[in-house]
Amino acid sequence: MSKYLARRALFALTTLVGVSVIIFVVLRVLPGDPLVAILGVEGIARMMPADRVRIMHDLGLSDPLAVQYVHWLRDIASGQLGKSFFRGDTVAELILRRGPISAEIGLLALVVSWLVGLPIGILSAVKPNSLVDNVARSLAIFFIAIPGFWLGMLIVLALLFWFGYKAPIIIVQAWDSPWQNLQIVIGPAIVLGLAQGAYIARMSRSCLLEVIHEDYVRTARAKGALERNVILNHALPNALLPVITISGVLLGFVLGGSVAVEQAFGVPGLGRALVTALVERDIIVVQNLVLLYAVIFVLVNLLVDLSYAWLDPRIRYG
Amino acid sequence: MADPDRRTIPGELARFAVRNPLSAAGGVVGLLIIVMAIAAPWIAPADPLKTNFRRMNKPPDAQAFFGTDQVGRDTLSRVIYGARTSLFVAFAAVLLGTTVGSLWGVACGYLGGRFDLASQRIMEILQAFPDLILALAISMAMGTGLPAVIVAIAITRLPFGGRVIRSVAITVREMAYVEAGRATGASAFRIMRLHVLPQCVAPYLVLATTHLGVAIVIEAALGFLGVGVPPPTATWGNMLADSITGLVPSWWLVFFPGLAITITVLAFNLLGDGIRDTLDPRLSPGFLRLVTGAGRAAPAPAVMTVPRTDTAS
Repeated sequence: MSKYLARRALFALTTLVGVSVIIFVVLRVLPGDPLVAILGVEGIARMMPADRVRIMHDLGLSDPLAVQYVHWLRDIASGQLGKSFFRGDTVAELILRRGPISAEIGLLALVVSWLVGLPIGILSAVKPNSLVDNVARSLAIFFIAIPGFWLGMLIVLALLFWFGYKAPIIIVQAWDSPWQNLQIVIGPAIVLGLAQGAYIARMSRSCLLEVIHEDYVRTARAKGALERNVILNHALPNALLPVITISGVLLGFVLGGSVAVEQAFGVPGLGRALVTALVERDIIVVQNLVLLYAVIFVLVNLLVDLSYAWLDPRIRYG
Repeated sequence: MADPDRRTIPGELARFAVRNPLSAAGGVVGLLIIVMAIAAPWIAPADPLKTNFRRMNKPPDAQAFFGTDQVGRDTLSRVIYGARTSLFVAFAAVLLGTTVGSLWGVACGYLGGRFDLASQRIMEILQAFPDLILALAISMAMGTGLPAVIVAIAITRLPFGGRVIRSVAITVREMAYVEAGRATGASAFRIMRLHVLPQCVAPYLVLATTHLGVAIVIEAALGFLGVGVPPPTATWGNMLADSITGLVPSWWLVFFPGLAITITVLAFNLLGDGIRDTLDPRLSPGFLRLVTGAGRAAPAPAVMTVPRTDTAS
């Protein structure tokens, strides 16, 4: 097991190195001049060539690409992640300030998706093609199609028009004011959670239907176990593995989706920071945030793979 | 009566509609939206770019069924024209991404070896990014414009084609007739073209339809976040982005473009489900999961891959 773990970890690490190279290459072929974004078009026109050289040098943008990449790796190793072009603070500080809200949204969305998706999936599978099943499946199809950020905008609008309510748009950490913090994160979490919940309901339904006709489930029924026990204790554990996997996979969806959903709700999280940095062409911030999203995604899927091996004793990768 | 064995296109379509009524409905709606996009200049009541400062921010009324925006442009016309851009981007991106990915997958699966190993690593790295975030970065780096958006979305679709078609090609490679082809001295290229490729058409179609809806949502999200097709071009995402610039957003500016996205995505998803059920008679859940990228088909091999769902919303 530890050998397997080590190999998987090494594998994830090499993937992340590849990820960092791709981010670096993509952002450095950027046709736009970062100085235009910083100084404005007029500022560029008035600038002396010597100033330009000096500023590019100060920002570290005139070094050869390989050197810039090594500098980035050094910034990652130091834990500071480099400095924003526009603000004095480091990207690490930015992440510490804005990350908690986004992390809360992601975790809450995960909880919502399981709380909504799993019971519905079980109900659907127990009575396939019943009214409950059909309603649940239609809702799932609907929630998969509806763009989360639009649903978010509609919720914001409805609350504003009908209740005159607007969630706080400043950063409020959970440890400062839990109530205000909850008002910020609950909307995005529900929107993201429902879409994931639709996938989880679908997946748990189909997986449960697969195992429900197996011999061991019939055996459980034959020995007189309660139907509830048969489903929850015998069938469900075997059906859950793919659902756990899809939950990890869906994280990519939450991470990406949260960027647009945060924008829709006006939540000052990491997604907003990424969008702002993209619009301002703040390369240093963009490269670190994109890397962060990829790191989280790869690590969670690594955890899912490991939990797979741990939950299912038949799977032992040599 | 006609010979029951004879297959005609209308007959096949009718059979499809009877077996998958929901998908057929999706197909009809999808077709209507495509027609709407193509015929936009004749259908739209007004010029989508024409501002009218006498009628700014008007709610829906008899003159403008979907209301007007902050500079007096007709929302209904913009939604109709928006279908053009949104559908064009989605179709182009899926065609480009899925086709290139599938051809790449055929080569990986048939040739195997070091080429396959290297390709698999590249695809894994691409799949390590959440879709929307990769598309955001590429779109911004290429300097937002129509081609940039198409390429950005296409690149996020590459690994799906690569993965699925590769597994098909690996199965086909071991078939007797392919071996016979090799024995007669056919080149690898010839075998891939004549023997492997035809086997990949069905999964290719399934892939393409299932990813259309995703592409539409990503396009809208890029537009909404301000890195999509640049304004003033009417796209559904751009319209949603414009709608929240005002202090008090107008509900009709938010509601109608989003409704257009939802209906379109819903239609294509339903159609895709039906095509998947029809073209894959095995209907093995494992294959389905592979196609949709949702979950793992079987206990994975030692070198595990990260399966992905494809939606970014």
